[in-house]
Amino acid sequence: MYAFEFVKPATIAEAVKALADEDAQALGGGQTLIPTLKQRLASPSALVSLNGIADLKGVAVEGRELRIGGGTTHATVAREARTYPALAALAGHIGDPAVRNRGTIGGSLANNDPSADYPAAALASGATIVTNAREIAADDYFQGMFTTALEPGEIITAVRFPIPQKANYQKFAQPASRFALVGVFVAKFADGVRVAVTGASESGVFRWSEAEAALGGNFSADAVKGLKADADGMIGDLHGTPEYRAHLIGVLTARAVAAAA
Amino acid sequence: MPKVSLKVNGRAVSRDVEGRTLLVELLRDGLGLTGTHVGCDTSQCGACVVHVDGVALKSCTVFASDIDGAEVRTIEGMANPDGSLGVIQAAFQDNHGLQCGFCTPGMVMSAAALLTENPNPSEAEIRAYLEGNICRCTGYHNIVKSIQAAAAQMSARPVAAE
Ligand SMILES: Cc1cc2nc3c(=O)[nH]c(=O)nc-3n(C[C@H](O)[C@H](O)[C@H](O)COP(=O)(O)OP(=O)(O)OC[C@H]3O[C@@H](n4cnc5c(N)ncnc54)[C@H](O)[C@@H]3O)c2cc1C
Ligand code: FES
Ligand code: FES
Repeated sequence: MYAFEFVKPATIAEAVKALADEDAQALGGGQTLIPTLKQRLASPSALVSLNGIADLKGVAVEGRELRIGGGTTHATVAREARTYPALAALAGHIGDPAVRNRGTIGGSLANNDPSADYPAAALASGATIVTNAREIAADDYFQGMFTTALEPGEIITAVRFPIPQKANYQKFAQPASRFALVGVFVAKFADGVRVAVTGASESGVFRWSEAEAALGGNFSADAVKGLKADADGMIGDLHGTPEYRAHLIGVLTARAVAAAA
Repeated sequence: MPKVSLKVNGRAVSRDVEGRTLLVELLRDGLGLTGTHVGCDTSQCGACVVHVDGVALKSCTVFASDIDGAEVRTIEGMANPDGSLGVIQAAFQDNHGLQCGFCTPGMVMSAAALLTENPNPSEAEIRAYLEGNICRCTGYHNIVKSIQAAAAQMSARPVAAE
């Protein structure tokens, strides 16, 4: 690991200031960034730890939304997001207990790994990503593998999730990495159904609009029976072919609809 | 160099560290607590698991500077005050929960965290909780048995009179 200066501000304003230096980088739980630093794939001049900022932590119900601070760990979400059980269950199946005790929702969404779990929840829920500067709709936020709408130095301070009537996340875990080989999050709202797929596409998390249309009129596993996701543009690697991933999308979507609560 | 102050296994310690110094480096190289192992150094194996303010973390994936002021417990802190093996450690010995022993410190620390959260875990819950602890020797079977035995012993222990 290259050397860097370590700073740990106590407020969002101080962190934003420290991150104004273009070679400075935010540190969340470090569960992705520290392995990256060890491989010398990043060489920030300063790491700005967000772990000392109380305003970034916590889970709260605000009207019909669940607001989660950007620095909230996966373990805390799993424990405290009781009003949104599908989200709590998703958080409780990220990685392993030690990773969940340290990794944060802000870090996961900022990183936008194409196989990460939270992007599926944020996109399917129509969540709002709140930063120190603005609010970004999930539909505008995810811009392809490891790419987001965040500007350099911008901090995710919170994520607001509208709470659906019913929802479920089905993850087909890749057993070595514990990330999703394919994951499908289905959320049913009064005005329609949203289906988001992670792990499968070379363009990162995406909405499966054919399934959304089919489920809009008939929210049942039968409604998506026979519906096939297109293998074109799906990831192919030693864990699965594009066709296999496309097949899993259909299977997992039907399972998520059947299990939605 | 910034100074980090921690309470490690009940003892207050203070060391100068670099920003990039990992908690496991401070424990092993700075404090000589070599019971905490580095199996992979890529956040996968769990040999380095310790407790920081009561929760299990991979000490190879935390900077020492980031936990300034914390209470840390390592495998060295799991023995009884007289130096004999603690309940979980003894259960691993009695149930053949280790062969080469490399993964054992992390297994014991994860087991201790599990039993604090859930004193009576099912076999499935134990296996799920050990998802991030990799063992190349035992096939996990006897590790699960060890943790079940420790759980039974800990819940059978008489509560001290007030
Ligand atoms: C063994 C293992 C298994 C895992 N399994 C899974 C899994 O099954 N599913 C899954 O989804 N993930 C998994 N992860 C990844 C884990 O969820 C990470 O915690 C997460 O991806 C990154 O969050 P972090 O808080 O650790 O961020 P960091 O590693 O600290 O940072 C990641 C990136 O985000 C930036 N960043 C951090 N916080 C913020 C913020 N608030 N605002 C803006 N930018 C920020 C950093 O600058 C960096 O670029 C796994 C990790 C490990 C080590
Ligand atoms: S050494 Fe830390 S997880 Fe393997
Ligand atoms: S006993 Fe050898 S790695 Fe677990």
